[in-house]
Amino acid sequence: MKLNQQKGLLAYADEISRQPGEAIEFKVSSSTPGAFELNIVQIQCGDDGPGGPGLKQTPVNASANGSYPARFQKTQVGSFIRIPSSEAFSPSALTLQALIYPTAPELGEQVIASHWCPAKKQGYALLIQDLRLTFEVTGSDGISHTLASDRPLVAGRWYLVAVSIDPDEGEVTLHQLIKEKGLELEQQNSIVSSHLGVSLSKLDAQFLIAGCAALDEDNDPLISQIYNGKIDSVQLHDAALDLPSIEASVLSPQQRTLVAAWDFSQKIEGDEVIDVSGNNHHGRTHNLPTRAVKGWRHDGTEMNWTHRPEHYGAIHFHDDDLYDSQWQTDVFWEVPEDLSSGVYAAHLQQDSEEFYVPFYVRPPRGKPTARLCLLVPTASYYAYVNNHMNVDWGSLIEQSSTCFATLTMADLYLQNQALFGLSMYDDHSDGSGVCYASRLRPMLRMGPHEELWQYNADSHITDWLAEKGFSFDVVTDDDLHAEGVSLIEGYDCVMTCTHPEYYSLPMMNALLSYQHQGGRFIYMGGNGFYWRVAYSPKFPGAIEMRRAEDGMRSWIAEPGEYHMSFSGELSGLWSRSGITPHELSGVGFSAQGFNFSRPYRRTAASLDPRCAWMFDGIAEDEAIGDFGLVFGGAAGSEIDSADVRKGTPSHALVVATADDFGADFHWVVEDYHHAHSAVNGEICPHVRCDMVFYETPNGGAVFSTGSIAFAGSLSHNHYTNNVSRLLENVVNRFLDSEPIE
Amino acid sequence: MKKIDPSRTDLAHEFKAKPYGPHSPDLQKVLSVMRWRETPGKHVLVEIPALSQWVLGRLPASRGEPVELYDQTVFDRHEDGLWHLFKIRWEEHTGQRLESK
Ligand SMILES: [Fe+2]
Repeated sequence: MKLNQQKGLLAYADEISRQPGEAIEFKVSSSTPGAFELNIVQIQCGDDGPGGPGLKQTPVNASANGSYPARFQKTQVGSFIRIPSSEAFSPSALTLQALIYPTAPELGEQVIASHWCPAKKQGYALLIQDLRLTFEVTGSDGISHTLASDRPLVAGRWYLVAVSIDPDEGEVTLHQLIKEKGLELEQQNSIVSSHLGVSLSKLDAQFLIAGCAALDEDNDPLISQIYNGKIDSVQLHDAALDLPSIEASVLSPQQRTLVAAWDFSQKIEGDEVIDVSGNNHHGRTHNLPTRAVKGWRHDGTEMNWTHRPEHYGAIHFHDDDLYDSQWQTDVFWEVPEDLSSGVYAAHLQQDSEEFYVPFYVRPPRGKPTARLCLLVPTASYYAYVNNHMNVDWGSLIEQSSTCFATLTMADLYLQNQALFGLSMYDDHSDGSGVCYASRLRPMLRMGPHEELWQYNADSHITDWLAEKGFSFDVVTDDDLHAEGVSLIEGYDCVMTCTHPEYYSLPMMNALLSYQHQGGRFIYMGGNGFYWRVAYSPKFPGAIEMRRAEDGMRSWIAEPGEYHMSFSGELSGLWSRSGITPHELSGVGFSAQGFNFSRPYRRTAASLDPRCAWMFDGIAEDEAIGDFGLVFGGAAGSEIDSADVRKGTPSHALVVATADDFGADFHWVVEDYHHAHSAVNGEICPHVRCDMVFYETPNGGAVFSTGSIAFAGSLSHNHYTNNVSRLLENVVNRFLDSEPIE
Repeated sequence: MKKIDPSRTDLAHEFKAKPYGPHSPDLQKVLSVMRWRETPGKHVLVEIPALSQWVLGRLPASRGEPVELYDQTVFDRHEDGLWHLFKIRWEEHTGQRLESK
């Protein structure tokens, strides 16, 4: 058995939600020559696992269906800044200076700034090599010179670094000065000089920060030697400055000699990089390096970058950042006017490989085509997609899943292929947390056959709706963020999927407005409305989040970096950010465990005529959902509970509760004040799953399952079971125009 | 470091019989200690859906390096693979081999 640990057939689309008449472009890469087949399919159910409903995908008679030539497409991974070419970057006398905060100097050669022409093999670069600050320069005579500091750089410290070339003396000087408030030893400082006789020739080449221009084995351009860490206050002078002048220029740029002075504290929200020298050498960031991070000027007086951007004059680059794979389009398709709203995919096949590119067809703007609307949690999909948890979480993956690590093929691909980028659940290679996620890259686990988590678990809902004969429209988080309540106000009922965890402010407000207007809302999941995210018009297809303050989380945001670069908003938990999940759905995250789900039991409140109708056909003492595809029960995985003090409406009815979760379920960390042992499902009263119902103004209502596992019980016994019955009762009542009051 | 008592083979038997649990408090403690295993060199299972099998694997030290796969050690049932991992961790902690009974 020889397993291929690389995925050869990969693709993504330029858009994820389209309305009839709009176009979508598929970008495909294959490591095998020949042709691939592409077929548009509608997906009702992707769960073909043991006991699952099976794969239910219907071919769409699309003009795009067919065979296409396969080609390999390259991916630039790693973030950097590109300044357009200018001969001004190679003056004969020169000083290049910057504040740097390397985070992984041990990870090979990393370029801080460069002006290098790979074709001519001329130019210069300031870099880290063998842990040492190094300057490499090759003049028009083709002779290369190298000068290196005599002290290694320590990770996680600010340094002022500079190189100056004095052509009259033929001397090159390299400065490395620690710039920390604490008791860092000045022994880390280093100044070395050498008579190198360098003569820089005019070079019409770009200037790069955090990387170096290179050519790959096919002579295609790429940016190599990506730097890991923060860079601040990069300046280029056309004079050989001495150390006092270099230090003075950090505080107040020396206009007389400046070629360029890049101020990263400007335009933090986007990709623009501003030159304040007056010479207009502006540039752009590539692949979303992290902005709104503390610069070397940060002194603890301000924790919000929007109040004092000058303290946030650094950009944090990573060799594994990836925003947009920038592949060429292979297949262009216009969604036909008569295609119904739903869950679709481009299904690609070549030899034994296949790949799914998910997309959603929404109804035309302002024209619902059904009374029920399914809200697909694309923001949460982006947050999770291509996560490396099974390998990179170390002991945490086994402690939190309470099972020895079991990998899938996707884990092997992610381990071996950097082109997938990372997820918000991962650390960068330097150990810092990943705070951006994008859909403009191949997304693994976003199709049928995959684990029952998010995408494929959500297909249990579309499957049930279809099997029960409910017609429904499909819209996405991206649509909701962009259009607000106007997207959904035409529906009698809006239903979520199993795990709508990542929410922006416009999305929260849209759902609240919908509820105030009398809309009926069904929350079909657990751990919903949990993290606050931002979208950005400057980075279509991406979201941002900072794991601030608290929460069940895979990394911890740096102090002072809790505010998002996209919007300036405080990120972190919605429960600490003005709108609680309880206000939106009546419940909030209370516990998680990934082995034994539990059934719900009806409460005395379920007999109340306000809600008794939903239990029609279900006996008072019945265990609801003591079966299911997600750990064997309807309440489990990640579960929520009601709490009036946190915002559950005081008239809400907890109509059913699941309890007696085992020792492997744990109360959420943000809710307890001191560490202690009484937090597991055998002993902790907060480890509980509440099913909640309440009326909202203007004849509306909310029904919440508070459980990720719930949808996995719907298909049991050919959709004839009490979980299915309960939900059917709710959907029917919620689609009934008779006011609920 | 928290020690696993090599004489408590009864807990190994308990795990073999019910790898997914629920587990007795003593076995929970043993498993919690075992799960502290960090990534480099950690033995794992890799699910091969095409074959409906699980193969024994070993994680490398860092991202970008391939997972070592032991294609002679393949399991038809996930539970059997978990038991194999248990035996490996047991030996890592106690220095003693569990008899396969
Ligand atoms: Fe989650």
